[in-house]
Amino acid sequence: MTRDLGGAKIYFKREDLNHTGSHKINNVLGQVLLAKKMGKTRVIAETGAGQHGVATATAAALLDMECEIFMGKEDTIRQALNVYRMELLGAKVHPVETGTMTLKDAVNEAMREWTNRVDDTLYVLGSVMGPHPFPMIVRDFQSVISKEAREQILEKEGRLPTAVMACVGGGSNAMGMFYNFINDKEVRLIGCEAAGKGVDTAFTAATMATGTLGVFHGMKSYFCQNEYGQIAPVYSISAGLDYPGVGPEHANLHDTGRAEYVPVTDDEAVNAFEYIARTEGIICAIESAHAVAHLMKIAPTMSKDDIIICCLSGRGDKDVAAIARYRGVDLHE
Amino acid sequence: MSNIAKAFDHGKAFIGFITGGDPDIETSRQCILEMIRAGADLIEIGIPFSDPIAEGVVIQAADLRALSSGTTTDKVLDMAESLRKETDVPMVFMTYLNVVFKYGYEKFFSRCQQIGMDGVIIPDMPYEEKGEADEVASKYGVDVISLIAPTSAERIKMIAADAKGFIYVVSSMGVTGVRSEIKTDLEAIVGEIKKVSDSPAAVGFGISTPEQAAKIAAYADGIIVGSAIVKIIAEYGKDAPKHVYDYVKSMKDATKNL
Repeated sequence: MTRDLGGAKIYFKREDLNHTGSHKINNVLGQVLLAKKMGKTRVIAETGAGQHGVATATAAALLDMECEIFMGKEDTIRQALNVYRMELLGAKVHPVETGTMTLKDAVNEAMREWTNRVDDTLYVLGSVMGPHPFPMIVRDFQSVISKEAREQILEKEGRLPTAVMACVGGGSNAMGMFYNFINDKEVRLIGCEAAGKGVDTAFTAATMATGTLGVFHGMKSYFCQNEYGQIAPVYSISAGLDYPGVGPEHANLHDTGRAEYVPVTDDEAVNAFEYIARTEGIICAIESAHAVAHLMKIAPTMSKDDIIICCLSGRGDKDVAAIARYRGVDLHE
Repeated sequence: MSNIAKAFDHGKAFIGFITGGDPDIETSRQCILEMIRAGADLIEIGIPFSDPIAEGVVIQAADLRALSSGTTTDKVLDMAESLRKETDVPMVFMTYLNVVFKYGYEKFFSRCQQIGMDGVIIPDMPYEEKGEADEVASKYGVDVISLIAPTSAERIKMIAADAKGFIYVVSSMGVTGVRSEIKTDLEAIVGEIKKVSDSPAAVGFGISTPEQAAKIAAYADGIIVGSAIVKIIAEYGKDAPKHVYDYVKSMKDATKNL
């Protein structure tokens, strides 16, 4: 891609190569060990694309914990493969049929379930969101992304990158990618939000671009909502970015101007998904493809001395069928 | 003294909840008037929210019905204002923090004062985080009602000591909704509260039958019933008011002479 795009030198932080297929396992291993130490015997979690659910189910299987996953019914359909993976791993998957039947509703149900059984259960939240201290816990466990990336780029290039970038839904891989670069003021931090069909349409999940300040899911941050504070139904092709809010630390990085947030549409993400597959031989998650799409826009505008590190948060096996559908290809199993 | 205290002046209080605008503003207004006629001592009016995290399926559905019929925060405020002209029974709002935050604390609580609303219950606002809203509410004489749950444990003393209006004792773990059995040792929790606070303690979540009402009212100052009333509204729609009257009357009667 560096050669093909003809601008900045591009590195990928390959979280897609993790066991279970995404960065989610970084946080999950930490939290499930924490649950074990707290004497809990059961973990519950929300999931959008299913990556966090699969990671939680995996850690629960490994550490001998009961596991129940809440997933919007809509998402159980578009990410059916991950539902089956979770079940293989011994988890019980609850399809959530309230609201928009997507990630936000899965979080609602997981929170409701936690209030019902808090004595033996830990809610393993999957992103840098929710009530304190979850945004900090998840950020700390995900900060390994930038810890490794920073060490590795200094070793390889002997200098810091011009920019680091990642996709943002709740924002866990982005916060992980940003965290150890926050104090390196010369490094641009770029978060790529899901614009769905466009930020000027009602079918978007770009919280920074279209949201306003609110207090929901235990955090004060930006949310897609109406003038009365009713949370808006959001849309993105990517189940993992299809959330009407964003982690509060991202809101802070946005307000202080330390990080930039840009919207990326479904179309741009799908093009990037195909482009990186063709060019690098990597089938990445449709979530991560949002960051790749913006990378494709900015890399050519930069000089050969510039370095960009883009976080590939997950792999895209789970998305292949949906992308085929998006392109009008009928796959028969 | 808070106007809410009046609700506990004449025996055990019956506190009834409905979602404002479910199924429409006029029906919910009539339901409230019927509750008062049947002897309700305090009225809790829900301002509907898209994502009511503390609610079970019954009240979730009510919020959805209310929002689908075009109910907004302003319309519920207007309804409360018109009710206030007909009754001096204490009334509080029950809603979620984002609804109040987005409306604006100043604008919301000043409007509450102007209408004559006595308090507000915000279940997704923990005690430790209430400062920001409570400061403005206090300025306008609106009580922010504190909730105590079975898991509150060592926080009970702190929350109760600082309570205004009344203390909302959550009967069970989980969300709102009718329960056949309540297992929590509520008498012990109410006892803890009484050691540090003079505020009345009312128990809610899961109460639906006159038997449960009588049993709990034996040691609590009041009982709060929501889902059981909302279920009647879901079943009868625009015809609900007279059925709500019958039900509230049966519940109120069960707590008389205690």
